[in-house]
Amino acid sequence: MAATTHDVHDGHGEHHHGPAKGLGRWLFTTNHKDIGTLYLLFSLLMFLVGGSMALIIRAELFQPGLQLVDPHFFNQMTTMHALIMVFGAVMPAFVGLANWMLPMMVGAPDMALPRMNNWSFWILPFAFTMLLSTLFMPGGGPASGWTLYPPLVLQTGDAFPFVILAIHLMGISSIMGAINVIATIFNMRAPGMTLMRMPLFVWTWLITAFLLIAVMPVLAGAVTMLLTDRYFATSFFNAAGGGDPVLFQHIFWFFGHPEVYIMILPAFGVVSQIIPTFSRKPLFGYHSMVYATAAIAFLSFIVWGHHMFTVGMPLTAELFFMYATMLIAVPTGVKVFNWVATMWRGAMTFETPMLFSIAFVILFTIGGFSGLMLAIAPADFQYHDTYFVVAHFHYVLVPGAVFSIMAAVYYWLPKWTGHMYNERLSRIHFWLSVIGVNVLFFPQHFLGLAGMPRRVPDYALQFTEWNMVSSIGAFIYGISQLLFVYIVIQTIRAGDKATDRVWEGAHGLEWTVPSPAPYHTFDKPPKISTADAHG
Amino acid sequence: MHIKCLARFCAVLTSGVLLLWSMAAVAESGWLQLNMPRGVTAVSREVYDLHMLILWICVVIGVLVFGVMFYSMYFHRKSRGVKPAQFHESTKVEVVWTLVPLFILVGMAVPATKTLITMEDTRDTEMTVKITGYQWRWQYEYLDQDISFFSTLSTPREQIYNLAEKNTDYILEVDNPLVLPVDTRIRLLTTSADVIHSWWVPDLGWKRDAIPGFINDNWTLIEEPGIYRGVCAELCGRDHAYMPIVLHAVSKEEFAEWVQQQQQSTAISAAH
Ligand code: HEM
Ligand SMILES: [Cu+2]
Ligand SMILES: [Cu+2]
Repeated sequence: MAATTHDVHDGHGEHHHGPAKGLGRWLFTTNHKDIGTLYLLFSLLMFLVGGSMALIIRAELFQPGLQLVDPHFFNQMTTMHALIMVFGAVMPAFVGLANWMLPMMVGAPDMALPRMNNWSFWILPFAFTMLLSTLFMPGGGPASGWTLYPPLVLQTGDAFPFVILAIHLMGISSIMGAINVIATIFNMRAPGMTLMRMPLFVWTWLITAFLLIAVMPVLAGAVTMLLTDRYFATSFFNAAGGGDPVLFQHIFWFFGHPEVYIMILPAFGVVSQIIPTFSRKPLFGYHSMVYATAAIAFLSFIVWGHHMFTVGMPLTAELFFMYATMLIAVPTGVKVFNWVATMWRGAMTFETPMLFSIAFVILFTIGGFSGLMLAIAPADFQYHDTYFVVAHFHYVLVPGAVFSIMAAVYYWLPKWTGHMYNERLSRIHFWLSVIGVNVLFFPQHFLGLAGMPRRVPDYALQFTEWNMVSSIGAFIYGISQLLFVYIVIQTIRAGDKATDRVWEGAHGLEWTVPSPAPYHTFDKPPKISTADAHG
Repeated sequence: MHIKCLARFCAVLTSGVLLLWSMAAVAESGWLQLNMPRGVTAVSREVYDLHMLILWICVVIGVLVFGVMFYSMYFHRKSRGVKPAQFHESTKVEVVWTLVPLFILVGMAVPATKTLITMEDTRDTEMTVKITGYQWRWQYEYLDQDISFFSTLSTPREQIYNLAEKNTDYILEVDNPLVLPVDTRIRLLTTSADVIHSWWVPDLGWKRDAIPGFINDNWTLIEEPGIYRGVCAELCGRDHAYMPIVLHAVSKEEFAEWVQQQQQSTAISAAH
């Protein structure tokens, strides 16, 4: 990495002081590009760690019976896998993209709060080291599922307070990141970059940041109550002491549902940048895209009960949550229709970022369909806590959020490194990923409908066949991500020289600066031309 | 000549047998287990119909939207020499594709609401069984008949650890099944003695959490005698996968007999 940015510095003869040398550069940096890089590399590492855990899960589930791991360890794996993927892989990847791109997209020299930016990143390695270390503590790591439901979570061994502290750290990091995004977007836009001219990635991140600030403290409150229930004799969630275990679920999902939109709204933003570029046509319905994002964000606060249809809520509450959840399909549909309309009568080419974006639209929509099915409360009484749910959230998270991150990396990597990636290899990576992900997750719909519960290390014999298929898909998908790592390293080190605009159809301020982007960009606010702004 | 004919005949025969055999193997295996069971209660069938209705609506919408997308991807590609259009806004179509889905959703919500109201109406039941989840087994208490017993996994450990061949009902078998009469409106209460569990027999059409300190109220009316199997659906610790549910639905007469037997054997063990 260091070599590249030095190239930047020397190649363009910047007047500024360039990056510092050695490790100190990365430890003390306040540069948004350095911090973006750190976030992205950290996220990649966590993606591989969390992915290895998923492969342990899938290897155990290749056959019925217990072959490789003890059920208690299996439960630690499902819990850790999810916590690491959600808080370590997907969220930091989007914060990394925000760090790199938001200042360049709104014409700002850096993020508004650079020192806090450094801190919000450097908390993460400590948080995740602590989280991972719990696997080696007496009693093992958390094994209650990432949803941490009491009373089960209170049976965690010595790891318990460390898990809670790790979650607090992740929350603090996210909140600081979100404050920085909001401060940057509200205060640092170049003159003429009005709100309604901001690229969609900026808009979706702005709304995501508000979601983060609203719900991360709620999660912090919930896990703190768990802590006091265990160590200070409170009874928030203990019925014997006058509390209610379901109260935890309400609080958790009040955080949890907006959280899933935190992981998908920036993905919507990424795809809304890429599809117009490769369709050579402006984004269709820019305004309705902004309103739809805001509508989704608002609705995401009033649907949490759909995760809890089976706890026994009053009929009226079930009806309310069912209707509210179904409503989310409307703005989500608007987004999909707008993407299709953007492609309509464009002049498309299918470079890797576009391939990943198209796969995103189709496969995310399939996840949306199963989401709509899950919203129907009476049917959810059957679907809930089965592999059908596992299939649903993986369709929206893997070919959803993760594919959009892949698309974003291929799209902006030439701007970051100054080199084109290897188009042939990246296409192979794309096709292996699409095939792998569908072989992995599509059969899980069948498994769930046929009655296989989730979070089990073993299953009845009629589920054998599709579990085998799913596990084969997991290994295809998992191993092909190593190709991605290879392509990224290769691009950082060498590759054809990228032009400043990189893509023929690209519009936006980030494409007006040289490739690789110099260490400091937009010290003087740029002039916004209509071609480079939306709206 | 003869030999050739015979050889061909044999080949056709063997391939035919192989085909039949493989079809039978597919039918027996899990390859065809793709969908939700229709179940054996009026409610489970309503839920199934609702599920299929929404599935088909999604399939139709998906075919339309992806159809347009693939059409566009084929015809509107640069390599065909097209010039990109520059349109990028139309309030009219935005309104249309907001309102049309809204109407479709209302169409789904109506039957869903009806079914939900039926499912939640627990009045007028004829008998009550209280179900309590434990780590990791179920307890069944027949409140009107004064019968109570535990129901625990009966699959031997050797099968779980792959030291013995697995039965057909591997990890779906218990020592004492829950016995219920058909054609009877039964109230099922769920609760727990430790962590949260979830009691689920797919053929009844629902699952419901068993929560410590709280009692959930449900009902069912089974229409066909038979053996129905289910599982705990809420992660409850190490042996969550190993606390199955087996339900024997029997005729009212058989049920009365079974009740008598149970009461006698409790009386005997009490006398000892
Ligand atoms: C290599 C790709 C992946 C594979 C093979 C995979 C596989 C799995 C498996 C087997 C489970 C456990 C199912 C069970 O509960 O029994 C699981 C759970 C889960 N996964 Fe993934 N996954 C992958 C990627 C991801 C990503 C990228 C995310 C997040 C963005 C994610 C989020 C989750 C969540 C939230 C759960 C639920 C965990 C729980 O309920 O405790 N997965 N995954
Ligand atoms: Cu949700
Ligand atoms: Cu359980």
